[in-house]
Amino acid sequence: MTGGLLRRTALTVCAFSSWLLITACNGGSTPVSPTPPQAIAPAGPNVIPITVNLGPLGVADNIAYTSVTICVPGTTTCQTIDGIQLDTGSSGLRILSSALSLPLPSETDASGHPIVECLQFVASYSWGSVRIADAQLSGEQAHGIPVQVIGDPQFPAVPDSCSSTGPSADTVETFGANGLLGVGVFRQDCGSACSVAGGANTNMYFTCPNTPCQTIAVSLAQQVVNPVWMFSSDNNGVIVELPPVATTGQATASGSLVFGIGTQSNNALGTATALTTDLDGLFPTVYNGRSYSGSIFDTGSDALYFLDSRTAGLALCPDANYYYCPATPQNQTATVQGLNGKAGAVSFQVASADTLFANSVLSAFSNLAGPNPGQFDWGLPFFYGRNVFVGIESQSTPAGFGPFWAF
Amino acid sequence: MPLRGLRAISVSALLLAAATRPAFATLGEQEASIENDRVRLQGARTSVAAGNGFAVHEMVTASGATVREYVAQATGRVFAVAWQGSWQPDFRQVFGSYFQQYVQGAQAAHGNRARRGPVVIEQSGLVVEMGGQPRAFYGRAYVPQLMPQNMDTGTIR
Repeated sequence: MTGGLLRRTALTVCAFSSWLLITACNGGSTPVSPTPPQAIAPAGPNVIPITVNLGPLGVADNIAYTSVTICVPGTTTCQTIDGIQLDTGSSGLRILSSALSLPLPSETDASGHPIVECLQFVASYSWGSVRIADAQLSGEQAHGIPVQVIGDPQFPAVPDSCSSTGPSADTVETFGANGLLGVGVFRQDCGSACSVAGGANTNMYFTCPNTPCQTIAVSLAQQVVNPVWMFSSDNNGVIVELPPVATTGQATASGSLVFGIGTQSNNALGTATALTTDLDGLFPTVYNGRSYSGSIFDTGSDALYFLDSRTAGLALCPDANYYYCPATPQNQTATVQGLNGKAGAVSFQVASADTLFANSVLSAFSNLAGPNPGQFDWGLPFFYGRNVFVGIESQSTPAGFGPFWAF
Repeated sequence: MPLRGLRAISVSALLLAAATRPAFATLGEQEASIENDRVRLQGARTSVAAGNGFAVHEMVTASGATVREYVAQATGRVFAVAWQGSWQPDFRQVFGSYFQQYVQGAQAAHGNRARRGPVVIEQSGLVVEMGGQPRAFYGRAYVPQLMPQNMDTGTIR
């Protein structure tokens, strides 16, 4: 750990009103050159704007939204849908059926039966058909890609093996967005686990010639796909670029999602250090001298979720045990480690969620945190004030092959 | 991916009981129900280890998740379950009669902002902690009243 350096850098970033920063290091000990000022890409053919705001329900916190244009394949019959959540924790484009007005064709199995998908989240699931669409993200296009239409009324019967995950998230009210733009480190949402007949039963892809629907193997090409990987260029990853956010919270925070890594003048790696992950996208975080495996970076998580009240020395909120509510803001540090031996020191602050949420017009919080026993889930607050590169698996970049994270 | 938390149980404290038949059960139920549940989860293999006052039954489910069930030796009942894997196990099977309580707790944990992130359900008769993302899930659940006396919940991994 480089405590002295961290404190100095933290003070510098304090002046920019953010308490969360990364100092890239080699092997976790030797500081590299000072972090240059953050530059957020202006509009361009490989850039779409992202904004943290209250979202379609007017109650969201720390969700980065964007809009996507999708079209009936091969036509100019298109629809632009806003309120799409940016998610680096999953791969694939998903639209809530209530937000979709296009007649997208179904993806079908070898027998011509429509394919329906169950995407399981931590304690919820989203059920809906797989359909084919063209996606346009600024100047980038992904033609004929499988997308999920969540809550598709044509397939109301959710099989038990899907709903066993818990509550459904099949409406805008329960999903919190009009859709999900999954631009994580994976090419497909499932991968080989779903493509091998007789392989692992992931309870993910189904056909429904009869009720109940039955799980089926689906080829990689038929799986819901990370749209970035399907672009003809700028397809090796993305950069999430969000500005610093005041410690008292902000009504909005606006930045950019940039496509490609090292493919254009606006997406160079620069001084960012790449941390490779394991095949599941995971890496260790060291906190208070102890290493915790299985960490994730996830714009789809609204807070910095780590460890527990006792280990972190942070009181839970009296009215919500999923957030911390320390009496005064607490400054903390941790070190994230790549499997390639590279490391980055993270300095962050945890403030009381109750205090932050007291003003209901605010949606962006750099210091919102909560428990995650034994684990680190670096949610959206991690992304404020720095550009974070997401390297897609098996794709070549100037930093090597994905999966990796860089900042 | 290495199994998380194995080091929480000192390997030397484990007595591998290879002679015990393959076994698996549901939270709150008797160990005797285990084989039936193993079949319903399409478990591929099981192993058994013993701790201080409890036994740990481990299996890999059809979804590829590793599930560990903790059986109290005094009562023969499953007092805790832990899981980890690319995909989640069937929670109807794992939670058994606690499933509806889990669903209600999970609904509350998502809050009124459709919050997405790790979930901690802490009720007098059921504690559930779960997190991760697609392709990397983990979690554990236990019934405090069924735990062996003086057992550290940190052992449940």
